Amino acid sequence: MELKNYKNVWVFAEQRAGVITPVVLELLGEGRRLADEIGVKLCAILLGENIASLTDTLIEYGADIVYTADSPLLKNYTTEGYAKVISDVINEYMPEIVLYGATNIGRDLAPRIAARISVGLTADCTKLEIDPEDKKLMQTRPAFGGNLMATIICPDTRPQMSTVRPGVMQKNQPEKGKNGQIVKLQVALADKDIRTIVREIVKSKKELVSLTDADVIVSGGRGLGNPEGFELLKKLADAMGGVVGASRAAVDSGWIDHSHQVGQTGTTVKPKIYVACGISGAIQHLAGMQTSDLIIAINKNERAPIFDVADYGLVGDLYEYIPLLIAAFEAEKTPA
Amino acid sequence: MKILVCAKQVPNTNEVKIDPVKGTLIREGVESILNPDDANALEAALTIKDHIEGTTVTVISMGPPQAKEMLNECLAMGADNAVLLSDRAFGGADTWATSNTIAAALRKIGDYDIIFAGRQAIDGDTAQVGPQIAERLDIPQITYVQDIKLDGHKVVVQRQLEDGYEVIEAQMPVMLTCIKELNNPRYMTVEGIYDAYASEIPVWGLTDLPLDETKVGLKASPTKVFRSFTPAPKGKGVVWKGSPRELTGKLWEELKEKHII
Amino acid sequence: MLEKKHEMIRKLAREFAEAELAPRAAEVDETGVYSDEALALIRKSKFHAVTIPKKYGGCGGDYRSAAIVVEEFSRKCATSATPLMPNSLSGAPLMYFGNEQQKQKYLRGMAEGTMIGAFGITEPGAGSDTAAITTTADKDGDYYILNGRKCFITNGPICDFITVFAKTDVNARGVSGISAFIVESGWEGFSRGKIEDKLGIRGSKTCDIIMENVRVPKENLLGREGEGFKICMATLDSGRITVASQGLGIAQGALDEAIKYTKERIQFGKPISKLQNTQFEIAEMSTKVECGRLLVYQAAWMKDMGQNITTKAAMAKYYCGDLCNDIAYRSLQLHGGYGFMKDYPIERIYRDARIVSIYEGTSEIQKVVIAGNILGK
Repeated sequence: MELKNYKNVWVFAEQRAGVITPVVLELLGEGRRLADEIGVKLCAILLGENIASLTDTLIEYGADIVYTADSPLLKNYTTEGYAKVISDVINEYMPEIVLYGATNIGRDLAPRIAARISVGLTADCTKLEIDPEDKKLMQTRPAFGGNLMATIICPDTRPQMSTVRPGVMQKNQPEKGKNGQIVKLQVALADKDIRTIVREIVKSKKELVSLTDADVIVSGGRGLGNPEGFELLKKLADAMGGVVGASRAAVDSGWIDHSHQVGQTGTTVKPKIYVACGISGAIQHLAGMQTSDLIIAINKNERAPIFDVADYGLVGDLYEYIPLLIAAFEAEKTPA
Repeated sequence: MKILVCAKQVPNTNEVKIDPVKGTLIREGVESILNPDDANALEAALTIKDHIEGTTVTVISMGPPQAKEMLNECLAMGADNAVLLSDRAFGGADTWATSNTIAAALRKIGDYDIIFAGRQAIDGDTAQVGPQIAERLDIPQITYVQDIKLDGHKVVVQRQLEDGYEVIEAQMPVMLTCIKELNNPRYMTVEGIYDAYASEIPVWGLTDLPLDETKVGLKASPTKVFRSFTPAPKGKGVVWKGSPRELTGKLWEELKEKHII
Repeated sequence: MLEKKHEMIRKLAREFAEAELAPRAAEVDETGVYSDEALALIRKSKFHAVTIPKKYGGCGGDYRSAAIVVEEFSRKCATSATPLMPNSLSGAPLMYFGNEQQKQKYLRGMAEGTMIGAFGITEPGAGSDTAAITTTADKDGDYYILNGRKCFITNGPICDFITVFAKTDVNARGVSGISAFIVESGWEGFSRGKIEDKLGIRGSKTCDIIMENVRVPKENLLGREGEGFKICMATLDSGRITVASQGLGIAQGALDEAIKYTKERIQFGKPISKLQNTQFEIAEMSTKVECGRLLVYQAAWMKDMGQNITTKAAMAKYYCGDLCNDIAYRSLQLHGGYGFMKDYPIERIYRDARIVSIYEGTSEIQKVVIAGNILGK
């Protein structure tokens, strides 16, 4: 493998039912930065059926070239269909870097390609940098459940491939009317190349999640003052994609069922975000939630013990803060 | 039916802590466990065994000698056989080299109908080995499996997507990687434990596999660890007083910057 | 003393107890009803049939394994030792003295989960004084007619059969007139008293068994006539290991709670675990629990090696029966007022502990046994 012959940064432009997956735009933003640092072009590789209308977006968000593979056999994602086309294209055009979104599709596709073309693949990268000396890619990612970070390099193989989780990189502002090249690829795929059949695609709303599985918990305590406060918290939980929790005081007051109780005599939780509203932070409650990744606390009393464990403490009336937060989260939600 | 299950022994990363002084990982006292997604994979295999007479379930693992304990656990859950792939030469392998080694062992066992693997291991978190093994064995793969039905020589599975699922069909032999929503792994039985410890688990090294040493271990790995470090500690939180509108805006900015939103 | 497979059994039992028994323990205590779901899972993993030979559907395991399972279960829920009884009290009479048909029917029945057994020696007038039983078994052709009343029988309300000790020869001296019978609860004349309202292990059902002219076929005589007392003693001998293990588990559970609570409870500006009294208490409690542990597992190991364990098992039972009460008391004291409230597990553990120094041979009887073996008759 003569490394010098590999050029350009590529982004796999994942699309589902004619909609470009949001992470792709973030990858183009990051890819643009990497390509500029190395001094090469940024390209997108787009597979599907009747996808010509999507190329403009990819160019606006940074791509210099968009390679398209249009075929009825590529309409829905299949491992073998996509892996074959992309592997062949990589072998022909020899990019030095290929980025994929770490979506359920990306994590299915990228390793298959990596094995096929015998290159290194680094999953769930949180940071990508270019080594100024030899322009190689430095890929940083979490391991051990996030307890350890590792920076990975692929010294001997090309392309260097990475998957990146949604919400990690920044997309650029779209440049309307930006110029770009479109290269239509010949698709050499036959039915027999694809050994899985997609029978059905079903959209479903995720069912009610338990406290221990929840990524986000919005919890209420005595400071709510009345059971109706929990209706407000439910709105915030819904907007954040989480569930409602409660302190013992709220449960004992009969404002909400015991199944929501977090703490010593309730459930111990470790969500990504814990929002404690009107909870003082008695030790029996803290014991049940203090290892959450991010804790936001809202309480009128600035000396409330909850502020000792909160990453962000807001002193004030939760009934003023919650509606503002609901509005902010609801505005942020992009349509599915 | 002949079913193979790929399993890994991993440290229980939920228990791993960082030494606040040295900034290194504290691994002593952290127990080694059967990787959770692999337990789901094994359960899927055992469920098929419960329903289809004559089914055998073999568990394969690549790891150090102590991984035998994890294989004993799999046998005690109901697997029929276990094989440990262990050799100094396999050490330091990334997913490319690992999948090479395991695929060679699976090829040697041969004749499989379904290969189950967990979606990802909780130490590496890459989710790459399953698909890479499938590529080497040239069989179709379906990942993120949350439901399985068998139809003669065909599998019909639900593959989880972020906002729903796909129903996918494939002919055996096929690789299926499993997620926790698929099932609840059964407990070992006391009888199973006794039986497991009454027999020896075979260990295969490099010379037992149709593989040459340039394809395994650290040297064969295309990805290399340049450096590793512990993430910066959380630090003390902040407490703000002031106008709710202003502070909500400020909080929002911080959360966006940190990519929490 | 313990091998790798024992470590694996402990891992299994511990995980099982944490996931399936601990969450249900409070409810079991409150309602007196043991979960069918938990029972089904216990049987699926064959925890209840560790020592029953494989030939009869059991695991063919050793006493160390049984002790481990009982300890880990009791640590989270003392009542959960009761479903494990086929390993000891309900299984031992058959395992040691049953003939092939009896084993195939009743041992296998318990191993496969289709039968629940019980052990019937105690009577209103015969507790520690086992020789004073008055239940009679009169030979009548191919049958024995049993008349009498047994009390405080664990599983009494739900058992399918019970090993009953009765006098086949009322004129014989001392204990030589006692015989053992397998009595099925479905037989005419067999009835059960009211379910007892107990202080502790409330999920374990206990009642009187009344036998009025129950016709027991001679095939159900266990061993030979006059062997009853020997069977009873041999059973209690090995049962001592598992009941000691229950005491050990309860003590460990109480100790766990004390350690957890004292680290969280803040008084005088710091967790009370920083106070020297607490530290000394925890040190003493932990050391005593270790002593109990060594006695239990040494007795179990000796039994597995085929050695005579009468004295050692009695020591383990006596020590652990008193131990769990002592540790539970101290742990509750460390909890202060909170320990008196049902919200905290120690309240239930304290009540559960009380029976261990009493049943399957009181601590006093254990001392009689120990002294008898050391001082000689």
